[in-house]
Amino acid sequence: MSDKVSPLKQPASAGAEAELTGEVAALIVEALNLDLSPAAIDPEKPLYGEGLGLDSIDILEIALVVSKRYGVQLRADAEGNGEIFGSLRRLVQYIGAHRTR
Amino acid sequence: MARVAPALGRGAHVFNACADRYHFAVGFAACLVADKVSLLPPTHTPEVMRQLRRFAADVVCLTDEAQCDIELPRVRYPLHREPAAPAAGAVPHIDSARRVAYVFTSGSTGTPVAHAKTWGRLTACVREEASRLGLAGNACAIIATVPPQHMYGFESSLLLGLLNGHALCAERPFYPADIAAALERVPRPRVLVSTPVHLRALVGSGVALPQTDLIVCSTAPLSHELALEVEERCHTRLLEIYGSTETGQIAMRQPTASPEWRLWPGVTLSVGDGETWAQGGHIEEPTRMLDVLELTGADTFLLHGRVADLVNIAGKRSSLGYLNHQLNSIPGVLDGAFFHAEEPHGAAVARVGACVVAPGLDPQALVAQLRQRIDAAFLPRPLLMVARLPRNSTGKLPQAALRALAAANSESAAAG
Repeated sequence: MSDKVSPLKQPASAGAEAELTGEVAALIVEALNLDLSPAAIDPEKPLYGEGLGLDSIDILEIALVVSKRYGVQLRADAEGNGEIFGSLRRLVQYIGAHRTR
Repeated sequence: MARVAPALGRGAHVFNACADRYHFAVGFAACLVADKVSLLPPTHTPEVMRQLRRFAADVVCLTDEAQCDIELPRVRYPLHREPAAPAAGAVPHIDSARRVAYVFTSGSTGTPVAHAKTWGRLTACVREEASRLGLAGNACAIIATVPPQHMYGFESSLLLGLLNGHALCAERPFYPADIAAALERVPRPRVLVSTPVHLRALVGSGVALPQTDLIVCSTAPLSHELALEVEERCHTRLLEIYGSTETGQIAMRQPTASPEWRLWPGVTLSVGDGETWAQGGHIEEPTRMLDVLELTGADTFLLHGRVADLVNIAGKRSSLGYLNHQLNSIPGVLDGAFFHAEEPHGAAVARVGACVVAPGLDPQALVAQLRQRIDAAFLPRPLLMVARLPRNSTGKLPQAALRALAAANSESAAAG
């Protein structure tokens, strides 16, 4: 058992993160009507620009579905927000840390 | 302004790429007093920058970003910590016939088309806007989600603020939570200048908005449902603007009150031969409108939808002709065509797809080449690499055939 448990949240287990990753990938594919399967999104590759090739219109759409599903409101000045869309993994970690639903 | 103007150099043309609205405003004003013309291209891709240079060989790019990779001679906006001493002197007089800016649209020849904007017509247009919005003589704070380089943002944030003494918000909020925070930071009366894409996100996110005194919307027609929802959720009036890059804004309506648009003074529409032309008033030259408009009175009309070639993605405008030209100019592309993709579910933004014959290119390489030429919003979704395009016997490419090809492709991918 970890002795660094915060009073509010448990640190995400690897299993929980993998599950959330699958969920968020599916959410992105569905919301943006992308022509690929959620499993095909490399969790380490950038979502924005040259990686998955998303643009700012997509980012806004993702922010919307994420807010509806997880209650997380993205902000431009949130810690390293430029990095949140740096990869699926970072986005998932951010959601995991801030979700209210 | 006293610092920016001399830094602009001797050339007559300046591409004002400042992201901060205040810097843009100062840069624009500096161009006015230094007798320079501001260039406002629709995108900043390397190809468009090359074309800008062909248009005006002496163009320099004014930028306020630390990392600017625009391929033009760059002038850095002077960001000093101490404010300069306020400049003494009279408000400069700008001749109304003076060309103060060029805006650009995407032509089917693949070269952006320049449209001159004269000071007198710009100011007349925006003064009317202030009057219609109820903002003339009422100092307010303007928060805009649109950039000042886009015609809508140029008129409805930059010029609206400059000419009527309103407070302009320097930032450009993006996420709903940021829009709410930006509105919170300014005193009332506050005005939000935005687009259907942002308003949909704002309403959908459930973020609580501080009381906003007016919401202005443009770049694409707002659905009646969304207009109602915005007015209800925000307890405010929503006014919608119709216009184009070439003409500027030419009509306004309150969509919850009536679907009819009312034209700006002096502007007339003529509809005939399947074409609608707008002229008069503050319009620089008779202009073909790329929407299907139905006149309902001397100065009112209904909007029925776009002309087939027009592409409007989240307020960014292009044409299938222009996009096809860019696609076919890529080495290795033997034949290629963009098409309007199916409307997606959930009212997300519709995109353009492309079918391409390019035996030696893989899709990633093709997209990388496209990125150099066209705005990211127009990158094809879906992108289909095919053996040949479904041209009919006269060599034409019906949109329906392209969409059918796309549908067949995604079905076979799903089945395979």
